[in-house]
Amino acid sequence: MIAELGLAALWLGAALALLQLALGALALGTRHAGLQPALPAVAVAQAVLTGIAFLCLVALFMRSDMSVLLVATNSHSAKPMLYKFAGTWGNHEGSMLLWVSILAAGGALVALLERRLPMRTKTATLAAQAAIAIGFYAFLLFSSNPFARLNPAAPDGQGLNPLLQDPGLAFHPPTLYLGYVGMSVAFSFAVGALVTRDVGPGLARAMRPWVLGAWIFLTLGISAGSYWAYYELGWGGWWFWDPVENASLMPWLAATALLHSVTVLATRNGLPAWTIMLSVVAFSMSMVGTFLVRSGILTSVHSFAVDPTRGAFILGLLAVYIGGAMALFALRIGTVQSGSPFEPVSREGALVLNNLLLSGILVVVLVGTLYPLALEAANGTRLSVGAPYFNSSAGPLALLLLLVMAAGPLLRWRRDHPASLAARLAIPVLVLAAALLLVVAFLRPISLLPLLGLVTAAAVGTASLAPLWRRNLARTPLFTWGMVVAHLGCAVSLAGMAADSAFTKEVLVSLQVGETRRVGPYSVTFRQVSEVPGPNWSALDAELLVQRGSQAPFVMHPQSRTFTDPPMETNESAIATAWDGQLYLVVSAPQDDIHYPIRMWWKPFVTLIWLGGIMMALGGGLALLGRVDRDVFGWRRRLAGRAA
Amino acid sequence: MKAPALLKAVLMAALLAVAPAAAAGRYNDVQLADPAQERAAKALMTSIRCVVCRGQSIADSNADIAGDMRGEIRERIAAGESPESIRAWFIQHYGDWVSFQPRFTEASAPLWLIPALSLLFGVALARPLFRKRR
Repeated sequence: MIAELGLAALWLGAALALLQLALGALALGTRHAGLQPALPAVAVAQAVLTGIAFLCLVALFMRSDMSVLLVATNSHSAKPMLYKFAGTWGNHEGSMLLWVSILAAGGALVALLERRLPMRTKTATLAAQAAIAIGFYAFLLFSSNPFARLNPAAPDGQGLNPLLQDPGLAFHPPTLYLGYVGMSVAFSFAVGALVTRDVGPGLARAMRPWVLGAWIFLTLGISAGSYWAYYELGWGGWWFWDPVENASLMPWLAATALLHSVTVLATRNGLPAWTIMLSVVAFSMSMVGTFLVRSGILTSVHSFAVDPTRGAFILGLLAVYIGGAMALFALRIGTVQSGSPFEPVSREGALVLNNLLLSGILVVVLVGTLYPLALEAANGTRLSVGAPYFNSSAGPLALLLLLVMAAGPLLRWRRDHPASLAARLAIPVLVLAAALLLVVAFLRPISLLPLLGLVTAAAVGTASLAPLWRRNLARTPLFTWGMVVAHLGCAVSLAGMAADSAFTKEVLVSLQVGETRRVGPYSVTFRQVSEVPGPNWSALDAELLVQRGSQAPFVMHPQSRTFTDPPMETNESAIATAWDGQLYLVVSAPQDDIHYPIRMWWKPFVTLIWLGGIMMALGGGLALLGRVDRDVFGWRRRLAGRAA
Repeated sequence: MKAPALLKAVLMAALLAVAPAAAAGRYNDVQLADPAQERAAKALMTSIRCVVCRGQSIADSNADIAGDMRGEIRERIAAGESPESIRAWFIQHYGDWVSFQPRFTEASAPLWLIPALSLLFGVALARPLFRKRR
């Protein structure tokens, strides 16, 4: 019954999305403008129905209903409850249902919260949001029905990929999807404003909280995904330039560019065409990300769907939406007024440079990810593009971008003098010189990119605090704090990356019980091994006694887990965090009966990578609070004042 | 030039295939004594694809063959071979696909040309935004 209820709700949601689009199109004409107030109600009803469908699927997974095909192929009754719940979106159909549920919820929120835009623009925005949703409803209902029954029911399920049975990864996809969907709302606003010829600061202020919110979720999602790969894959790496990672990085790069250009449009009425274009690009990248992960075009742990018809369907959706948006952009861009002018040395100038460099990095990642696929599809040539290409192409652009980031917030809007900028940058430049001397004097040998990274991080970190100097901190607006914290987070993250790549100590050994080895400041003694049973796995558990200098010793337990449904082995690394880095231990199955391969890493300051990510998201949160307070409530306060 | 290299490749492949398991694993996950050599070996490993895995380098893979390939790299580095000649050997053995560092060829040129041209295009687009200094 639950499955049928879910399917019915999904069909009704799809029908309401069609209605929403049709009503919107009619209401935009002059004769039926009276229909406009109906749209928000339809949007909310659509979100409620789709939400019900999603909850039905969650219930089926939590009850382990093996008469549903999707549950039988992706779940197992012995799985812990958390992963039964999270398993709902650990598969193709479920994750697409989650996508469309969040999309519908985003539309409903716009319907309920957006009060400042002209009615017509809001109507066009809701119609655009419905148009996006229809494609995904069609995809679900015609080629990925999550509620299909299995007759006769399976005795038990086939299980979930063990790599995904981890709390970090359980909540990773929803976080990214919230980001993708936020981009879709920004895109719908842009389409709405193009349709009604209403591109201006008002649009930017309506769009900005969505862009900020989406950016926060993308930042958190990428940081969490990176930390998951770090501890779960068991080789100490934290970014692999895997296509699936790139699929989440591309929307983030575009969102970061959009975030900055939307600020220019809101504050200075500048860069209107760029802002519209970037919102199209950002949403396109979210779609490309979904396509890469969901179409099965990639051969990687993330690609659970290996069905070419689905790939073609998503590719078709991609072509329709991006092509449609580009066509609308080309038709209407002439009606967008050119923004307020500015000089090269100005806040706007730095933000244009920011947009260019971010777009450059985006193109590098996009080409590096898609070109090998296109080449293989075209003539069968197989080419691998990996870390050496991305680091050498995107790395220099990223370092330049950070230098611009240091200078940008210290510039005045419209025009500034190079000499006064130089004066404001004097202290960061001194810090840069001092850092360079210190690194060269004490930390050699070090290769070029980590050296540049450390030195840049020191200078940029100092510069990012500069907007607070000589200011009354209590009266500094919240969004300025947000910018400072986010920019400082970039420097912190960069410092962690550089420190990890320059100073990591690796020790690979084959140990017998009782032996001791040193890694970095630690001595590690192999005490014993035991078999540990888990709910759906059994583990080889190594007990290692770890001591640093004269501090109290402690015990760490890396495991090598063998899963039964489906059969697979994973490493559970053991990680000890100190203030200045992490000790990372991994054990694998023995080669003979007494020698156990143990991998040990001492990774100085590696935690800064993710701390920086959290700081960026926190900065985004502060900026969002500050903007909502000023744009939304400030506006209401002013209105109330005027009425009184 | 080509024939001996090919012969060597075939011989190495044969050697890898018949070498007793214990000997093959000698350097798989045991570091070289010389830190500079180990660094060079490690750098090469991160840019060689594990041929049975999905998009992982041999430096981050649990697969047995990745372990053997790591051992191969360490042995050759220890014997004094240069990383680039080892990469060339892998490419000859498994094709261009095995190296994560694409060579600049006609087929791979767009990897650099597209970003470079896009940046130029972006700069051209941005120019009219700026007002000249008075």
